[in-house]
Amino acid sequence: MEVQQEVARAPATQLSKTRGGNRWRRDLTGWGFMLPFMVVYALFLIWPVILMIKYSFTNKSLVGTGGSQFLGFENYARLFSDPDFWSSLWHTVWFTILSTPPLVILALIFAMLTNRVIRGQWIFRFSFFAPFVLPVSVVALIWWYMMYSPGFGLIDGTLGRIFGSSSSLASIPWLTSTKTAMISIVITTVWWTLGFNFVLYLAGLQEIPRELYDAAAVDGAGAWAQARWITIPLLKRTTLLVLALQILASLKIFDQIYIMTSGGPDFSTRPIIEYFYDQGFTSYRIGFASAVSVVYFLIILAASIAWFVLSRRREETA
Amino acid sequence: MEAEAPQRLTRIPKEQKGPSRRSRLGSTLNYIVLSILAAAWLTPLAWAVDTALKPESETTITPITWDSSNFNLGAFKEVIDAGNILRWYGNSALVSIVVTAGVVILASLAAYALSRIPFRGRTVLFWVILAGLMIPPQVLILPLFAEMQIFGFVNTYQGIILPQLASALAVFILKVFFDGIPHELEESALVDGASRLRIYWQIWMPLARPALAAVAIFTFVTSWNYFIWPLVVVTSTNMMTIPLGLQAVQSAFGVHYAQIMASAVLGGLPLLVAFIFFQRQIVEGIANTGLKG
Repeated sequence: MEVQQEVARAPATQLSKTRGGNRWRRDLTGWGFMLPFMVVYALFLIWPVILMIKYSFTNKSLVGTGGSQFLGFENYARLFSDPDFWSSLWHTVWFTILSTPPLVILALIFAMLTNRVIRGQWIFRFSFFAPFVLPVSVVALIWWYMMYSPGFGLIDGTLGRIFGSSSSLASIPWLTSTKTAMISIVITTVWWTLGFNFVLYLAGLQEIPRELYDAAAVDGAGAWAQARWITIPLLKRTTLLVLALQILASLKIFDQIYIMTSGGPDFSTRPIIEYFYDQGFTSYRIGFASAVSVVYFLIILAASIAWFVLSRRREETA
Repeated sequence: MEAEAPQRLTRIPKEQKGPSRRSRLGSTLNYIVLSILAAAWLTPLAWAVDTALKPESETTITPITWDSSNFNLGAFKEVIDAGNILRWYGNSALVSIVVTAGVVILASLAAYALSRIPFRGRTVLFWVILAGLMIPPQVLILPLFAEMQIFGFVNTYQGIILPQLASALAVFILKVFFDGIPHELEESALVDGASRLRIYWQIWMPLARPALAAVAIFTFVTSWNYFIWPLVVVTSTNMMTIPLGLQAVQSAFGVHYAQIMASAVLGGLPLLVAFIFFQRQIVEGIANTGLKG
């Protein structure tokens, strides 16, 4: 036993004698562990970021072998005077403004109702969260074809059964009218992604000690007063997190819109990501499209940093 | 749990007294409202299944009805016979499994080093990875595509998979988890002369199983549902993944509603089934990682 231990210890003591060697060895091990990830990370994250910035100063095209020319800030100047850039940026912001409040408030209400259930809670958890695990195209196909179709879609069809099929409510062109297309996308998105916020809120609710409610009940506080004075204030941290994650997620809107309306009708729903996707892959203007992605990236970055700083400050004061 | 039990007991007699009727009414009302909401939430899925089971001629009639003269599986059969969807399942499974395995291995190695090995340069590397958290993958589609052209990876599995391996988030989550485990374990193993690789594999991987499971489940779901990058890099029908293939399905079938809904149901089924089995892990995973972030 003792002998074995001696033997096992030998290399360690030897190394600590030559401190320099030990350090080098540690560096080498550390970088060895990092290497596989860092190679992938450098190739598929860092390098594309550099390429994107580089392309944004050129007139690179997706087709043709002709070398690209350096343009300086011309792409940027051009995009800031491009009404399509501004309108698609606005659609992304507008979608965020429309989708964030229902996704936060409904998730909170659903979670508060579900948290009060003791038996069979999992059924409700399942119902509200299930859509979130579906691929976007499944969600889009269901809503596009069978919910929003004028006349026989479930929404118009149900309205038709209530108000009569000749009623104008029975043929609302949900996705094909500039008035309703964005709202329709928002409704679908709320249905699809509410479950994520719901689960965050449910976890937050379960950390609130039951004693608080019992004490409040003894003092005669009803359900509403308990929600107003206990639940909502104690969920402040969760709400800030949900809000931040939701705003960042909504700013990345693309998939549902691309599938359901392709940005139409008449470009009225085209978000900023689709704008640079179109510019790059349909018009082959990689240089210009890269400039748009850079500007969009800076907006996201500003939002993330703002959140980071705010949450740090909160933690310090707390 | 044990602490909660006596509390529940003390509440029972209280409920039998005065305010009990009100609170019981409240909880019944709560059940009713929730049940209506849950039913509303499941309705689109039910309607999709209902439509998929109808004969094509009955899918667009008005006034609409949930009933049908002849419920059948014909639409499912036609969708499967057309062949594409099985191929897309295969592609999605291959891509998601390789991505998940790759992310778990690469990220855990990196997270272990960042958390436990005091090598020079680790602070810088950590900040570089942290910065990556702020880059939405969507903004990189153009330069990544240009890169794939250079490598010749357009419309290949490597092309779909490789960019998904660079997950800064996985490294970050695992590093935070490793940081929370006491140092003594590491030191006593080192004193015993075990190599770092062995410590990583025999001590840390088993210890980190819950965190690894959370990362694996999320990576898998995200990868299975990933839309924008496959949309860019895939150029032929037989390389499509499920989300990409379904999106183009109406061009394959024409507008046949029963078949489109059958495809949607088939496309959503694997993850719904997985969710039923892993409900607890998925929900806890979101709650833990989300609340920490």
